[in-house]
Amino acid sequence: MKMDRRQEKDVEAARRSAMAALAAAPADALKRLCDEAGLPGDAQLLRGPETGLVTVRGRIGGGGAPFNFGEATVTRATVRLTTGEVGHSYALGRDREKARLSAIADALWQDPVRRSEIEEKIIEPLRVAQREADARKRAETAATRVDFFTLVRGED
Amino acid sequence: MYVAVKGGEAAIENAHRLLADRRRGDRSVPALRIDQIVEQLALGVDRVMAEGSLYDRELAALAIVQSRGDLIEAIFLVRAYRTTLPRFGYTKPIDTAAMQVERRVSATYKDLPGGQLLGPTFDYTHRLLDPELANGGDADEPAQREAPSERMARVSEILAHEGLIEADGELPDDHVTGDITREPLEFPLARDIRLQALSRGDEGFLLALGYSTQRGYGRSHPFVGEVRIGEVELELDVPELPFAVPLGRIRVTECQMVNQFKGSAKVPPQFTRGYGLVFGQSERKAMAMSLCDRALRTREMGGDITAAAQDEEFVISHADNVQATGFVEHLKLPHYVDFQAELDLVRRMRAEHDARENAGAAETREAAE
Repeated sequence: MKMDRRQEKDVEAARRSAMAALAAAPADALKRLCDEAGLPGDAQLLRGPETGLVTVRGRIGGGGAPFNFGEATVTRATVRLTTGEVGHSYALGRDREKARLSAIADALWQDPVRRSEIEEKIIEPLRVAQREADARKRAETAATRVDFFTLVRGED
Repeated sequence: MYVAVKGGEAAIENAHRLLADRRRGDRSVPALRIDQIVEQLALGVDRVMAEGSLYDRELAALAIVQSRGDLIEAIFLVRAYRTTLPRFGYTKPIDTAAMQVERRVSATYKDLPGGQLLGPTFDYTHRLLDPELANGGDADEPAQREAPSERMARVSEILAHEGLIEADGELPDDHVTGDITREPLEFPLARDIRLQALSRGDEGFLLALGYSTQRGYGRSHPFVGEVRIGEVELELDVPELPFAVPLGRIRVTECQMVNQFKGSAKVPPQFTRGYGLVFGQSERKAMAMSLCDRALRTREMGGDITAAAQDEEFVISHADNVQATGFVEHLKLPHYVDFQAELDLVRRMRAEHDARENAGAAETREAAE
């Protein structure tokens, strides 16, 4: 069965979204979820895990021409499962085990048979935790919002 | 002639051993953990990340412990570590309008969309020391309030509608984004290069220069259009994937300085802008950076360079505290041979000077007689 271009795009977007959840995950949360899900740990490492730098870019004035404003540590890994799927991971920081587990999760995700299991047991719990943390932070910030009021002075 | 002098190995080794001991301090006091520094000295960590030009909290915290809290030494350690790592590439430019905002204030618009969000600020504190903290000092949970999850437009986008403010800084289409970590500086610099140098520049130096513009040395009539702090997503294009791979989020501080400008032969009257963007929660630095950015655009605006803050060669060449400390501190290293040569020279000049004085005195005496 051949996927048409739109289906392909949808799958890419979903894979990207899963990789985003993995990259943003706290390392210990990811390790716990992988343990609980019983992820196969015997994937063959094709690359890394290795730590390197990315140069971070901003835009002049916020939306203008790009400029480089610093670097950040990133750790990446590539694995191949015994079933042949190749998975990649990239994430800020230097956690090699997180990189390895994320690459395994990405590889398993590409197997349509395993996808829903990975989504349910790994990706969705990470997303939920992230959404909750973000919502809490937004609510805390919102509490520091200034409500201006005008004092009426004099008559008319 | 070059004379090599040996010796001092034992002294150096013992000095480093002593340093390690003094760094650890009283052994009956628990050793600091990295997570304690990351959590409780977060703004010091942010400064080391910004000026070390490396976003990695744990490494910055480690550098702070190793340097006994000497932040410039910590920045030096971080810069040295950077050079040991391979490069994976350049991220896509961050989108600060999509930031998960933790603080956002504007001094120009009271009722801007999204509101004034004070966040975790020192502003309006009384700057009184809190003795409670000496005993641990537990803190209350923060208050919460229902939050709209709207995208928070940058103030510059709001102002732009009237056409009275210049656009975000564009560079010519064929301009290749410069990188001071790859190519040596060549003056005059494009604005992207200056911003890179300013973003990793010394906070104290940029603060003093920004202050100097306020006091009249290159006045620029600044207003804080907006300062915002929060997390932004990073993405990297990689050959093995058909989409930009998400890397996670970093916290940055952005400052949009808006400057009243009466116009020149080149530019009509309008508001011009200075921009600041720094790793971490670094509001003072981002503000100072935006003042310096605007001052360094003086020539572009058709003005004359009259003050230190407007002189890009002066500002950019001296903003890096690792370079600065290296050159200043190298003066304390052995210069025995240089000094011997100088000593000989001064002796000779002194002898000649004395001879001239004596000869002069003898002449005067003869003339008087």
